[in-house]
Amino acid sequence: MTQPSAVSRAASPNQQASWKRFFSPENRYLAPAFITCILLAGHLSFGILESYKKTGLAIIASLITELVLGRIFTGRWPNIASAYITGISVGILVRSPAFWPYVICSVISIMSKYVLRFKGRHIWNPSNFGISVLLFLAPETVATLSIQWGNYLLPMIVIWCLGAVIVWRVRRFHITATYVTCFIAFAFLRSYITGSPWQSEIAPLTGPMYQLFIFFMITDPKTTVRTKFWQCLVVALVALVEMILRLEQLVYAPFYALFLVGPTALLIEMWFDSRKSVPVRATT
Amino acid sequence: MQRTARIILAIIFAGLVVSPLFIKRYEARNNVAKTKLDLQTAVARHGFYLQEVSHAAGVNFDHQAPTLDPRLNHIMPQVASMGASVSIVDFDRDGWPDIYVTNSKEGSKNALYHNLHDGTFKDVAEEMGVADVNRPGFGVSMGAVWGDYDNDGYEDLLLVKWGKPELFHNDAGHGFTRVTDQVGLPPWINANTALWFDYDGDGLLDFFIGGYYSEDVDLWHLASTKMMPDSFEYAKNGGRKYLFHNLGNGKFEEVSAQVGINSRRWALASAAADLRGTGHPDLFVANDYGVSELYFNDGKRFHEVGEQTGVGFAPKSGMNASFGDILNQGRYAVYVSNISEEGVLIQGNNLWVPKESSAGDKLQFENLARDFGVEIGGWSFGAQFGDLNNDGTLDLYLTNGYVSLDHDKSYWYDFSKIAGGHSAIINDAKNWPAMEGRSLSGYQTKHVWLNDGSGKFVDVAQAVGVTDTYDGRSVAMADLWNRGVLDVLVANERGPLLIYKNTVTPENQWIEFELEGTASNRSAIGAEVTLFWNGQHQVQEVSGGAGFAAQNQRRLHFGLGKYPQVDKAVIRWPSGKIQTIDKPVPDQLHSIKEPA
Repeated sequence: MTQPSAVSRAASPNQQASWKRFFSPENRYLAPAFITCILLAGHLSFGILESYKKTGLAIIASLITELVLGRIFTGRWPNIASAYITGISVGILVRSPAFWPYVICSVISIMSKYVLRFKGRHIWNPSNFGISVLLFLAPETVATLSIQWGNYLLPMIVIWCLGAVIVWRVRRFHITATYVTCFIAFAFLRSYITGSPWQSEIAPLTGPMYQLFIFFMITDPKTTVRTKFWQCLVVALVALVEMILRLEQLVYAPFYALFLVGPTALLIEMWFDSRKSVPVRATT
Repeated sequence: MQRTARIILAIIFAGLVVSPLFIKRYEARNNVAKTKLDLQTAVARHGFYLQEVSHAAGVNFDHQAPTLDPRLNHIMPQVASMGASVSIVDFDRDGWPDIYVTNSKEGSKNALYHNLHDGTFKDVAEEMGVADVNRPGFGVSMGAVWGDYDNDGYEDLLLVKWGKPELFHNDAGHGFTRVTDQVGLPPWINANTALWFDYDGDGLLDFFIGGYYSEDVDLWHLASTKMMPDSFEYAKNGGRKYLFHNLGNGKFEEVSAQVGINSRRWALASAAADLRGTGHPDLFVANDYGVSELYFNDGKRFHEVGEQTGVGFAPKSGMNASFGDILNQGRYAVYVSNISEEGVLIQGNNLWVPKESSAGDKLQFENLARDFGVEIGGWSFGAQFGDLNNDGTLDLYLTNGYVSLDHDKSYWYDFSKIAGGHSAIINDAKNWPAMEGRSLSGYQTKHVWLNDGSGKFVDVAQAVGVTDTYDGRSVAMADLWNRGVLDVLVANERGPLLIYKNTVTPENQWIEFELEGTASNRSAIGAEVTLFWNGQHQVQEVSGGAGFAAQNQRRLHFGLGKYPQVDKAVIRWPSGKIQTIDKPVPDQLHSIKEPA
């Protein structure tokens, strides 16, 4: 009885090292692995996808666009981890009976990284941009995932815990935690203002759409500001704008809030950076 | 070089960003005829025109909704949102279709409109004993289907309710006797769908009832407000299903568990047809808050094959099930209606078309609603296939609209919020935000999709006179005045029963078959007619209930188009007998008795 335990203890340091390596901020495949797990668990248990074809189409369109544009504009084959996340996010979040939205959304999401740039940085989270544009321009054909994946508490807790561990390991937990705290606080405030049951205001947070939103969209390193404090402040502002949009009864308030606040915060940060750098250059 | 590439990329990007607008325009132009036309122009252009004539026909029926437990007051309009139904029956065998309509307010009366043969109807429900069926304490009507369970030649009435289901025996067309207690029906079922079929081929009609709310919920006296679905798309806390096997002595035995029907999904519609050519009717159940179910029937047991056949994979909000041979291939497609609300939820309706290479136990369906142009129909409810312009292909009539209250205020935001919540939240009615007079997919325009025969449907509703915006529920089709055309009846929630009288171009011919079983059940429910003409063939089956809370006339109607050369009609009776009628004459009703 003790032997396996001893063996396991002996192997523990190595295992821990590989475990740590996997969950390290340097591992670019951590997020793709996690989102793939969510997809597979959700689909194999509850059939969350409209079809394999549509999700596959979104992923393929995203990867191809990234490879082609990366090759053209950087001269080398790009790492496709982030394009994979974009494609799979589109494949899960977009709900449409048609095929074309999956392609268009993925392609414009990736293209936005190459077109909508300021001082060498893209300023929108790609999937947030693509999904927001589609929701705004094609509401008759496109919606987003807005329902539960089954009703079991356990899978939801597992996803939340695993997601929390991952964003903590990649040093983004404060962003997720701040957003969730603000969302809950604002939910009670909305409930007070509108008279709706607080449970109905909290309800969206319990859905899988928010799991993707808080673990993948708002934590995107490329489109968030630099310092911890400002990251928390910006994400609190996202929650605030979302609350305002929700009071206006906009169903897709979180996407639109991030669409508006995220790039604005980045631009302000860049503006501050440029202001700081001028005197430095002048003195040197 | 890089700069040029970036400019080109920016142009392509801008084009792609605005492309949804062009796609929308293109699709709208190809699939919808928006212009309202007068009768002559519509008949000339589309081959038919539907004129609403209920008042002229002496039918002034307004559906009233129930008032449930006060703890549901804040969401009452959406909970008490069903119950308007219409079914067609020739209850006195005079050769003219009559109409039965349900009401749902406590103490309200159902109506049985007797066809007076002169273009008008008279409500005889009271004198026939089938009006006063919504008494407080016994629940209220949700739907009715007709079938001759004792083979005496007269159609009997099965009434499903949110409450006590009822069976009425038809006493030779002179009145009805309540036989609920003799038959042994359960004390309470919250059901919206039922159908008659002879599932075991013994010549006696059995019936299926699909529960919606759980049967232990009394909606007027709630034990708990935790009676809502536990998920918007994966709910399994609905009502149980019942299959009553006809024992032949005026009694029925409930056998659902024995034959393999075990489901607690929220059934809203059901239909039966022999999808595999086995001679046994298969059962399709469209469920709200979840996937559809398809049960293959081997004559003794049912096997749920929804996922295997493709129809039970993606969960939606099924509210209709109707069969139609839309491509004149001798195979049935299934139309399931769901919810589509611009900017919020785009489920899209399903048109399940059998895959070409699949058949028998390997039968598989693919959803071609989008390709065929019948996908987006608002908050869709009842639909029926029928050849409305007698051109030889089945068209599709769909009604829709959920709750029409304040024109300018929508409940959708709050609805979507709660719909996405965890079961602990969505399941409890007290967590649902108050509707406060707001509409939920209200005032929607209807869809009449004209089939071009090659896989495209064009919406001509506005052009052919279907301009109402009531909250439609149940659709039935019948040749009400024996003119060789299909008229359309629509029962609306908290609204009138509409009768759309059809005017069809005389150039297009037709043929109808009225079947009567001898060895088979006398209603001939399950009998199948395959008509061969002009090098094509179309199959239709006598139905014991289909659509949403509806039943079409039992008579089968085929449009034939211009100058038809009818080769033969092949009848496959439920008993298994095959009867061929050579060169049946068009423009006639053929009354056919099953040969000995």
